[in-house]
Amino acid sequence: MPLINFMDLFDQLERENIYTVSEINLEIKELLETTIPALWVQGEISNFTHHSSGHMYFSLKDINSQINCVMWKNRNIALNFSPTDGMKVNVYGAIRVYEKRGTYQIDIYKMMPSGIGDLQIAFEQLKAQLNAEGLFDSQYKKSLPQFPVNVGIVTSSTGAAIRDIKNVINRRFPAVKLILRPATVQGEGAAGDIARAIEEFNEYKDVDVLIVGRGGGSLEDLWAFNEEVVARAIFQSDIPVVSAVGHEIDFTISDFVADLRAPTPSAAAELVVPDMNEINNILNSLYSICKKSTLDSVMTYREQIKNIRTSYGFRRPLDYVNQFRQRLDELSHLNSLAAMHKISIEKQRLQQLHHRLTDLSPDSVLNRGYSIVRRLSDKELIKNAGQLNMNDDIFLQFYKGSAESRITKIDKN
Amino acid sequence: MAELSFEDALNRLEEIANILEQGSQSLDETLKLFEEGNKLFVFCEEKLDKAENKLHILTKDNNNFKLEPERDE
Repeated sequence: MPLINFMDLFDQLERENIYTVSEINLEIKELLETTIPALWVQGEISNFTHHSSGHMYFSLKDINSQINCVMWKNRNIALNFSPTDGMKVNVYGAIRVYEKRGTYQIDIYKMMPSGIGDLQIAFEQLKAQLNAEGLFDSQYKKSLPQFPVNVGIVTSSTGAAIRDIKNVINRRFPAVKLILRPATVQGEGAAGDIARAIEEFNEYKDVDVLIVGRGGGSLEDLWAFNEEVVARAIFQSDIPVVSAVGHEIDFTISDFVADLRAPTPSAAAELVVPDMNEINNILNSLYSICKKSTLDSVMTYREQIKNIRTSYGFRRPLDYVNQFRQRLDELSHLNSLAAMHKISIEKQRLQQLHHRLTDLSPDSVLNRGYSIVRRLSDKELIKNAGQLNMNDDIFLQFYKGSAESRITKIDKN
Repeated sequence: MAELSFEDALNRLEEIANILEQGSQSLDETLKLFEEGNKLFVFCEEKLDKAENKLHILTKDNNNFKLEPERDE
């Protein structure tokens, strides 16, 4: 074996740079961290760990490759979705090299589900926020007028929505006035325009109900109806609002805030006006009731009048009068009988009194043997012997005749 | 005085129908109510017959509102 040529070795050292591990890792760190800026990377999550410290660690992979990721606690608490293995995400972050271990990873600032991106997150966040504020509460929902006279519409002046609404209302209840305030319903500025349209109707005031909506489209197309400014305009509206956005299955934030949600613009038109045929039927039936009831009442009164006119009394008026006459006689006869009876009773009483009276008269007394004695000289009526003196002349009255006499003896007892 | 609304007219007609159905009114009142009901019925029918058909466009110019019927294309 050849001896190691130390002189060759020293030459080698002078000519080439030999890095230490630390040095090379530092080189790599500098290179990666200064050359590659923060960027978006898309991949599928695997080996996801949500550490007790709050930090999230996982790998982001595609078919061929993978890269480590970390999302620190102070950054991931704002997430409003839960990352899981298999989920496809877009992450925004910077490359960080850890010299100690010779590894590198993406230090994540932002993360969101892939494809739908920001929109979905924003939707969930706003929905939660407005719900917490109470904008979706049923206590704030107004009921729709049963017979609107003026119907306001906020939608595009072109497109299927306004056409459908017109058709349905003209078929169902043409006697309402349709007022369109045209608005941009997608793209830049749409949300602001829709909100302004709702506010203008509230200023104009002479509208009984509003339909706010558009025809079907993608999530991006419908997005304006998920914006906060539209939601607040609907909530503030004094005029009841029916939301009519997109297809049956789409639910926008406008749908949650509105006083009533319709699955389509056509459905909204049906909800907002009554069916004319039905109303016509009700009118006719009410009128029939009035007519029939009135006729019945009139017939009843007629019957009553007829009965009175054809009753026994009315058919024989003279008879009636005669009956009265007879009755009068009967009554007066009864009266005389009673009177006579009373007279005879009185007569009897009179006679009895007379008898009593006559029994007590002087004649009847005299007839029983008594006599009336008077002193002849002064005619004094003598009732006791003490009134008499010896030799008085007295006059005696008998029932029949009289006599005179002289007192010869007096006994005062 | 504001014109009677369709809704008020319909409600009053229903009220009259109920009263007449009970039949406890005097003949005079019955006839009066029927006349009122008849007028309301005619009023409602006329309101329903009025077909608007044309769409109106609302625009705001400075602080003024303008309502115009849609022009046919």
